[in-house]
Amino acid sequence: MVGPEGGGTAAAAGTAGNVASSFGQIGTGALAGFVAQAIRLFARAVTAVRAIWAGSEPELRQRVYFANHTSNGDFVLIWTVLPDRLRAMTRPVAASDYWLKTTLRAFIGREVFNAVLIDRNPETRTEDPVEQMVRALDDGSSLILFPEGRRNMDEAPLLPFKSGLYHLARTRPRVDLVPVWIANLNRVMPKGEVVPVPLICTVTFGAALHIDPGEAKEAFLARASAALLALAPNGRPA
Amino acid sequence: MTPPDPDLWRLFLGLGLVLLIASGTGAVLTRLYSPDGGNAVVENLTARVRAWWVMVALMAVAMVAGKAGITILFALCSFAALREFITLTDTRRADHWAVAAAFFVVMPVQFWLVWIDWIGLYSVFVPVYAFLFLPIISALHGDTDRFLIRIAELQWALMVCVFCLSHVPALLSLLIPGYEGRNVLLIAFLVIVVQTSDVMQYVWGKLLGRTRIAPQLSPSKTWEGFAGGAATATLVGAGLWWITPFTPLQAAGMALAIVLMGFFGGLVMSAIKRDRGVKDWGATIPGHGGLIDRLDSVLFSAPVFFHVTRFYWSLT
Repeated sequence: MVGPEGGGTAAAAGTAGNVASSFGQIGTGALAGFVAQAIRLFARAVTAVRAIWAGSEPELRQRVYFANHTSNGDFVLIWTVLPDRLRAMTRPVAASDYWLKTTLRAFIGREVFNAVLIDRNPETRTEDPVEQMVRALDDGSSLILFPEGRRNMDEAPLLPFKSGLYHLARTRPRVDLVPVWIANLNRVMPKGEVVPVPLICTVTFGAALHIDPGEAKEAFLARASAALLALAPNGRPA
Repeated sequence: MTPPDPDLWRLFLGLGLVLLIASGTGAVLTRLYSPDGGNAVVENLTARVRAWWVMVALMAVAMVAGKAGITILFALCSFAALREFITLTDTRRADHWAVAAAFFVVMPVQFWLVWIDWIGLYSVFVPVYAFLFLPIISALHGDTDRFLIRIAELQWALMVCVFCLSHVPALLSLLIPGYEGRNVLLIAFLVIVVQTSDVMQYVWGKLLGRTRIAPQLSPSKTWEGFAGGAATATLVGAGLWWITPFTPLQAAGMALAIVLMGFFGGLVMSAIKRDRGVKDWGATIPGHGGLIDRLDSVLFSAPVFFHVTRFYWSLT
């Protein structure tokens, strides 16, 4: 976990210094834990979210969970349904431009979710996202990844995958890649709406897959994409 | 708050005994057929009985708490049922505000109207006003793709999950001479008859079931199960005449009407599940499936029971 100083938070904005130091006094960890609990309760109250383990089990194994992406709350749902010990070792991969925008987001992104924050813009970034993810894996963490790269606003159930998942699989071929289909969250809160409607969401975990030694990028990404799409309930994606 | 009717205590004592017997039977069956948890039927049976304890306890608390308890309990059930139902519909982004209004306006207002006994309005609120206004909201968002299907699905969800279910607490507002202060027992009568019918159809079906009624809709519904369950529940209803304003014969007739409506309600709701390609409405109640799986027969029988009782017995 991140250290108790909340240093990253303080760096995020000028006024953050005071906030962060008072956080520091009562323990950033404790506050983060409380906020995490509150977020999980809220997610469960609104979506009654339920995990369906269809092909893999909630075991203590290092994994890359890769999921469809239709809402900002996507990884919150995965993170909510994971059992405590799995959640503690799992870090979402998220966009730094979104999560470092305000002090509050920076606190939630770093301290609560312990996210691996990557810069989506190749022009400005100082670190390669795949290297960042590999480092997190080497630390023993599992990852939550959205290989579409951005939220899907189209009618198509899945956008073409970006190559990140492939490079990750090539670099650490022994890590389980678990497809995760999140159903209904985009109906709970469509983009641009402010009031969520309390529809029931499910998070379906499929069988783990691995890259084959000679497998080409396109073939692997197509296979991963098909494995994910196959988890959509009743052939009713979205 | 008036103290609960002594008959209510007797009733729940009786239900407790029935559940004790069921739990005992479950324990024996587990020891005989599923010592390592391998027999799916026995495991499902014990899960169901456990859930029954919780449901009976909730009903007991609500009934002892009186009108407020009952209204809140069924409003919560309505909310949970509505969420299961709308989850399986094909609403689109343009319906977001109509769906939000269904959850946060129509459902609470309907139960509030029931709470304040405004029968003239709660009888027409969903079938007229929700019917007219929610499609207006969807239309204003401009998306015409499958428009009729979308608004029809939403209206159906509200009719069955909110309007029909609100007739259960509405039983409290009937004014039956000589039965003052005991209306909560009408709800107990309705719920016990419906659930006895469901459970006994399952039991008789497992014991004797051969001839399927509607194989496309529900593989487990058989004529033998239906006849056995209906007869048992009608007898139980007749035996409960002492908690109702009815004579034993009238109670049997009422029970039969409840059982028939409940049975056909189950068929209709099964047809909707098949249409949507799901086996259960959800996973709210362990062993039973979704809340609607448990409530489907109540949804269809409650309005009919309400109106027949109101027409023949009530002054309001």
